[in-house]
Amino acid sequence: MVKVTIDDKTIEVELGTTILSAARQIGGEVVPPAMCFYSKLPGTGGKCRTCLVEVSQGSEKDPRPMPKLVASCSTPVMDGMVVKNKTSERVHEGRGGVVEFLLINHPLDCPICDQAGECHLQDLGYEHGGQGTRYEEERRTFDPIDIGNKIKLHMNRCILCYRCVAVANQLTDKRVHGVLNRGEHAEISTYIENAIENDFSGNMIDVCPVGALTDKTFRFKSRVWFLKPMEASCECTKCSGKAVVWMFGNEIFRVTARKDQYGEVEDQDGKAGWICNDCRFDKKDVSKWNIAGPRMINRHSVISQGHYQSPRQSIKKIN
Amino acid sequence: MGRRLLLEHDNVPGIETIEVYRKHGGYRSVEKALKTMSPENVLEEVQKSGLRGRGGAGFPTGMKWSFLAKPEGVPRYLLCNADESEPGTFKDRYLMEKIPHLLIEGMITSSYALGANLSFIYIRGEYMWVLDILEKAIAEAYANGFLGKNILGSGFDLDLRVAPGGGAYICGEETALIESLEGKRGNPRIKPPFPAVKGLWGCPTVVNNVESIAAVVPIVNDGGEEYAKIGLGKSTGTKLISACGNLARPGVYEIEMGITVEEFIYGDEWCRGIANGKKLKACVPGGSSVPILPHYLVTKTAAGEDRLMTYESLSDGGFATGSMLGSGGFIVFDEDQCIVRNTWNFARFYAHESCGQCSPCREGTGWMEKVLHRLEHGQGNMRDIDLLAEINKKIEGNTICPLGDAAAWPVAAAIRHFRDEFEWHVNERTESQTRNYGLAKEISFAR
Repeated sequence: MVKVTIDDKTIEVELGTTILSAARQIGGEVVPPAMCFYSKLPGTGGKCRTCLVEVSQGSEKDPRPMPKLVASCSTPVMDGMVVKNKTSERVHEGRGGVVEFLLINHPLDCPICDQAGECHLQDLGYEHGGQGTRYEEERRTFDPIDIGNKIKLHMNRCILCYRCVAVANQLTDKRVHGVLNRGEHAEISTYIENAIENDFSGNMIDVCPVGALTDKTFRFKSRVWFLKPMEASCECTKCSGKAVVWMFGNEIFRVTARKDQYGEVEDQDGKAGWICNDCRFDKKDVSKWNIAGPRMINRHSVISQGHYQSPRQSIKKIN
Repeated sequence: MGRRLLLEHDNVPGIETIEVYRKHGGYRSVEKALKTMSPENVLEEVQKSGLRGRGGAGFPTGMKWSFLAKPEGVPRYLLCNADESEPGTFKDRYLMEKIPHLLIEGMITSSYALGANLSFIYIRGEYMWVLDILEKAIAEAYANGFLGKNILGSGFDLDLRVAPGGGAYICGEETALIESLEGKRGNPRIKPPFPAVKGLWGCPTVVNNVESIAAVVPIVNDGGEEYAKIGLGKSTGTKLISACGNLARPGVYEIEMGITVEEFIYGDEWCRGIANGKKLKACVPGGSSVPILPHYLVTKTAAGEDRLMTYESLSDGGFATGSMLGSGGFIVFDEDQCIVRNTWNFARFYAHESCGQCSPCREGTGWMEKVLHRLEHGQGNMRDIDLLAEINKKIEGNTICPLGDAAAWPVAAAIRHFRDEFEWHVNERTESQTRNYGLAKEISFAR
């Protein structure tokens, strides 16, 4: 066990833990945002640079600070390491820069984007973004393409986190889903627009932090905050069958995996709770699901703002 | 004439064949190392020599070798980085083209020191004719018993292969090179783990520049101490400099470290001054990714001392008034060159070559290129100059690999030293399209 201090909070974690997962064990304010790291997907992380933190003391033995900001998702902790996240001016500046970079080519089409309301880039932009843009050039654009008949790819919105590539690498070793071109022109694509033929390909939608990969059975049907997320389960031979159904009245609009506070799928029966394409795309009938009750949603989320507050409370707030 | 250790016989006819090469003392180091030295002895000699990596970063080669993990039962690899793609740098190409056996000899001796039984030369895709030269030379080395099983009866086996890349600049970064060699997309890996622990196919790996590996030959032949006598301080030995730009006699030169920059540019033995009798305006002493120096800082440091061709002297004054020796791509600009256009050209290169993996480099390099394009074409504003400086700060140090830094430094330095020229491009939009600004004005270092 090693001791690590993040923003004046000390915790003991196992050797080999990354700074980010140590911060998540502490929880709350000290957790850096992560757009590309996904704990359930090996090989992710280190790319988006939003989780940059300052290491002001390398370790007990070698107390020198690290010269550069480090990616907390891929830097292992050392005994006696002191990390600054929220308390560091450099981190604030660096992260602001990363957010600005992520947004220069982002279309900011939130009003018509299905991800709005549960988008990590929106959260990040709200917290670290600037008031306006300094980017005067034309944004790069791509045409939306179909990845199979159930998934739509809007490359314009993509931040190239490589999470969906990691999902595809887990599903198949044929490397049919990856990144084409490089630099500014890099784009997610499949081998000559082929789809991955796999029962779990829909999980790419769940791991996408932005609205680049969307569910074609749900596109433009409803804003997420008009829907009620309900915990539901079904008999399924392919997956655990434990999912969240998003309902309006008695109608199921979409099905997603159960996600934790960091947007990652929760473990179900000791395994990562990925759901299969049948549950996600085809079971839109209430009779096919056992609905247990409302799903807990972070109270700061716009999704909970819509439902779980009585009109009287909102009037009080205005006064 | 200074001592030449690597390019001593570069103009001997037929030196690319093993017969002529051996007649001029070739493969002595292999015989000496394999017959009379242990791998540890070779490593000691390299450490004593003070040889620093010739690819750009200048990290001591002996120290890099000593970091190599040596777990039991796991193969180790030596990779030669011949993916020389830095604009202005062409020294490795010359060496491989002229004396391919020198590199092969260095590879054998170095592989012996590191205990590698399979080594690769990763060559950039644009050097296809050099690949043919190397493969021919390797076949000769196999035929003469310098490669293959039980080399010279010492019991040491080595296979050497040449692997061509696709021509991406990023594959010169060591972990991207390893990815590319494994057959994947050439994206740099997240470090740690470093290649010395987990490199090619998860095994301990050392990646060295062509010139560093070639320099092992004279080090083993004459001893590390003898090698360390050449040069100044921590910059030991000789260095290949590829001089280009507006020089009267550009080309690849082998210099003893420690000659003055003035002598190198104006000396009869070297570049013979600026072409067509023009004046020196600026100089990029180490390939496109190092900061540019204005004429008043090229031959003298800010403190007024002579600037020397060493790692230390060229970086004297930090980035405020210094630069770096880098890979030895010595680019010289005369008074007719436009710094804004040149900076845009470099920025365009980095925007094109960024791998697109991490956000600051992917988005930042493209943004800088567009802003510089605007400035160069008479559509810039004053705030663009400050914007460029800000973008620089946000890229630098925040990326996975050093490409982000390499893209940020030349732009930052150009603005630092040639701000008047950038401002002139904004103020005199039409005039800047028709004529050049001329020499740089001496401005305060505070900027």
